[in-house]
Amino acid sequence: MPCKTILVADDSATMRMIVQATLASENWSVLVACNGKDALAAIADQSVDLVVTDWNMPVMGGLGLIQGLRASAQHRDVPVLVLTTEEDQESKLAARDLGVRGWLGKPVDPDVLLDMATEILMQPQASIL
Amino acid sequence: MDLSQFFDTFFDEADELLAQMEQLLLELDVNTPDIEQLNAIFRAAHSIKGGAATFGCFQHLAETTHLLENLLDEIRRGEMALRTDMIDTFLETKDVLKSQLDAYRASAVPDEETFTRICGILRQIADEHREAVQGGGAAASSAVAPVAAPVAAPVAAAAAMPAAEVAPAATAAPVQVAPVAAASAPVAVAATAASADTSLPLCVRISGVSGKDAQSLLEEMGHLGRVLGHEQGAESLTVWVESTCSADDIEAVCCFIVDGDQIGISREAYDAQAPAATPAAPAPAQTAAPVPAAVQQAAQEAANVVAQAQSTSAGDISITTNAAPAAPSAPAAPRAAAKPAASAAGADKENTSIRVGVEKVDQVINLVGELVITQAMLAQIASTLDPVLHDRLLNGMEQLERNARDLQESVMSIRMMPMDYVFSRFPRVVRDIATKMGKQIELQTIGRATELDKSLIERIIDPLTHLVRNSLDHGIETPEKRIAAGKDPVGNLMLSAQHSGGNIVIEVSDDGGGLNRERLLQKAISQGIAISENASDDEVWQLIFAPGFSTAEKVTDISGRGVGMDVVRRNIQDMGGHVQLSSTPGEGTTTRIVLPLTLAILDGMSVRVGQETFILPLNHVTESLQPTADQIYSVTGNERVLLVRGEYLPLVEMHRVFDVAGAQADPMQAIAVIMQAQERRFALLVDHLVGQHQVVVKNLESNYRKVPGVSAATILGDGSVALIIDVFALARANREKSFSAEALLN
Amino acid sequence: MAAKPQTHHARVEDAGSEFLVFTLGEEEYGIDILKVQEIRGYDAAVVTRIANVPTFIKGVTNLRGIIVPIVDLRIKFNLGKVEYNEQTVVIILNLDRRVVGIVVDGVSDVLMLNAGQIRPAPEFGATLSTEYLTGLGTVDERMLILVDIERLMTSDEMALVEKVAS
Repeated sequence: MPCKTILVADDSATMRMIVQATLASENWSVLVACNGKDALAAIADQSVDLVVTDWNMPVMGGLGLIQGLRASAQHRDVPVLVLTTEEDQESKLAARDLGVRGWLGKPVDPDVLLDMATEILMQPQASIL
Repeated sequence: MDLSQFFDTFFDEADELLAQMEQLLLELDVNTPDIEQLNAIFRAAHSIKGGAATFGCFQHLAETTHLLENLLDEIRRGEMALRTDMIDTFLETKDVLKSQLDAYRASAVPDEETFTRICGILRQIADEHREAVQGGGAAASSAVAPVAAPVAAPVAAAAAMPAAEVAPAATAAPVQVAPVAAASAPVAVAATAASADTSLPLCVRISGVSGKDAQSLLEEMGHLGRVLGHEQGAESLTVWVESTCSADDIEAVCCFIVDGDQIGISREAYDAQAPAATPAAPAPAQTAAPVPAAVQQAAQEAANVVAQAQSTSAGDISITTNAAPAAPSAPAAPRAAAKPAASAAGADKENTSIRVGVEKVDQVINLVGELVITQAMLAQIASTLDPVLHDRLLNGMEQLERNARDLQESVMSIRMMPMDYVFSRFPRVVRDIATKMGKQIELQTIGRATELDKSLIERIIDPLTHLVRNSLDHGIETPEKRIAAGKDPVGNLMLSAQHSGGNIVIEVSDDGGGLNRERLLQKAISQGIAISENASDDEVWQLIFAPGFSTAEKVTDISGRGVGMDVVRRNIQDMGGHVQLSSTPGEGTTTRIVLPLTLAILDGMSVRVGQETFILPLNHVTESLQPTADQIYSVTGNERVLLVRGEYLPLVEMHRVFDVAGAQADPMQAIAVIMQAQERRFALLVDHLVGQHQVVVKNLESNYRKVPGVSAATILGDGSVALIIDVFALARANREKSFSAEALLN
Repeated sequence: MAAKPQTHHARVEDAGSEFLVFTLGEEEYGIDILKVQEIRGYDAAVVTRIANVPTFIKGVTNLRGIIVPIVDLRIKFNLGKVEYNEQTVVIILNLDRRVVGIVVDGVSDVLMLNAGQIRPAPEFGATLSTEYLTGLGTVDERMLILVDIERLMTSDEMALVEKVAS
């Protein structure tokens, strides 16, 4: 697979490290940010092939990040994977309305994350889960 | 993928989140809680839970945090009303989470009992809320509030960990490492049964303590009461003492020497005949773990950064390049200061920082010290050269000196940490004690960004905590008393830190009842301490520092009762500083601590005695003069005093003290350097002055031992070793000789 | 003698151990070479006297930035003539990170002794109490008194280490 760029947004350093370590490979480069605002800033000048984001973050959360992506010409169609806890129905609905590719419940299983990321990157335009 | 490589990152992050959580909980306004603060608290719990759950092996942590997170979620959505007792519970939960984290760090299992208890309390809050909601819910807010408090107390006693109640112990080390040893249980049962019976003496059990420390502890307890007997094992000490002091007080004093989790206090009859019961001390192995954790916590809280790089083990310093200032340096009330800090925390998380082992930093500091010495030596040689012929060389030397000095300052600043690290633990301490004593107290901190060397920061925590406790305990009155005295029922406690010259001045100030001069005098006289009725106020306040001074009876009217104040002063003096009290009856008391900014470099005055060179700490030197005949008076035998501007100062002859042959014995041919050690002044006789310069302080004790009268050593420009004088020791040696004008005129 | 680098030898019974041999008075002593950091000449000018200490503690000196106490074993154990000349040597010891220097009459060589060359030290009234001796070594015609130098230097009687109250 040609080189892909993944953006990871999570306010927990531990989670960032785990997700980054899971996704880092020769063909994927991983950018990290600790909230939605920093995430958008990180990809202001470059393209990204997948966004993996937490929902609850300070300054700007997952909702704001996705809205920001959808509002930008460059990143409008980038697939988004959301990391969230199972109980949060409201946020699931909100994100679905914004068109995310999938959910991943916390605690994150690195293998499942890797599978989902691989699948999305191989089929960026696939329909919404 | 092996997730255990991320454990340390998680532990550090969780530590930081818990600290943030505590700070925010303390600032919450119960009646109108700030939604941003609530969100931040929720996110902290949420993050910790997420991490704990991800790893899969931190069940206790995950479950406890899960319950907490749910409650916080309901509160931030406005579904559940926030009550003060809930905040208390959340703070307690934070303590439990911290102890769980510490257990995991030490590869141990968190205490089951504590876990069950706290989860029970959290569930109860959730259940009550649910019932109230189902019952048509206006009564939700008046739910049974006192539930948390009585549940906590007996269980705390049963755990036989007075640490839960004693703030100083809690702040000094992560004491909440739950007592793992099952052996502690039988003692705990006995303790609970006997704790109510105050006619029994206190039995203090200390583990992991060596001969010298055990001696010191025994001595201290002798000051606090009457020691009925003691037993000393290879690594432990058990003392039975009768005292009017509470177990808390005794533990607080012991905490100057050992950690809280090495101490267990119960009430037991002393049977001189019976063989010693096996001291049910917590596993000594635990004492090894908390220290690294404390230092790591220190690094985290100071730098306010989550480490990205691999973390090393004990003793790390984090270096941060901050985009935003960590805290305003202007005076700021805790609320205002915390808000920028809290919001900056989110942004600061991505700052570049590296974790560096303390040994590496010390090594760099040492090498820079060597550089300074070499540069001084070159300067000395260069000073003998013809300035005209060698002007370029001399210019270069000047430049080198500037470079060396700048480098040194820069390197020293690596070890400097803001006082906030110390001050930040006090809001919790103040709140806990105020609640316990039924007092209302507002804490103000000024100068949180003022910096101090890391080693001194660690050492100032205990004494400062003691002083704060005293102010809260004995300084600030109950609201009723304050109202009766025409004061605001809310007492004020102020902690401040500022730089002054080469020192840092830290003050603990309260607007309480002040010190009672008459009572102190009477107590001193009744204890046989020599002090005149006309002594100055300052001298009377100094009585507080006398060992074992105020323990004769529990007199609630004496403010500033000083259990362990002598230890406080000694600790501060050992750090090269001094402490003094000032007080106005009815208005309050202020304790002022002056410390050198760092112990590594000293401004010194070098003096010659015979063929030897000694260094006097410049900040203790007031002036120097050549004595004239009419200034010198003989007192007894071969002791003399020097009359300087109406004051008779003991004349201490260096050549006598240090047995130097070939020195100038005639005072009128010598130089008298007037020294000041806290409140004592004396005149030090030397042959002549050599010069003033900065010296790099070298420890004598690493390879040798403590030398009386000498605080440390340094290496002069010529490579030779010069001893640095211990001013306090010389002053103490003269303590017994009090010279008054009347005695001399007779 | 110039400073000697440390040689690290595994202590294997049959291969033997290396000892640094020095003289005090008429006797030759051997100490574990691994405890020796370096060897220097004695220069009274660079030793700073410390007041009110036993006479065998000459004072402290600057060893590349570290302050090291210097002990004259000849004074301590009343051995031979206490002279300071070109032959006088200071052996700098590194005992579990504690650095101290001992003044001796001279250093001769480094010898390897195997177990067969070492006999237990008898209880003769030696200058050094037998609790500090690890044995007697014989090499050719020489008899070496083998000393546990770390134990000796950290003992109470050497007054180098702060006493722990018992």
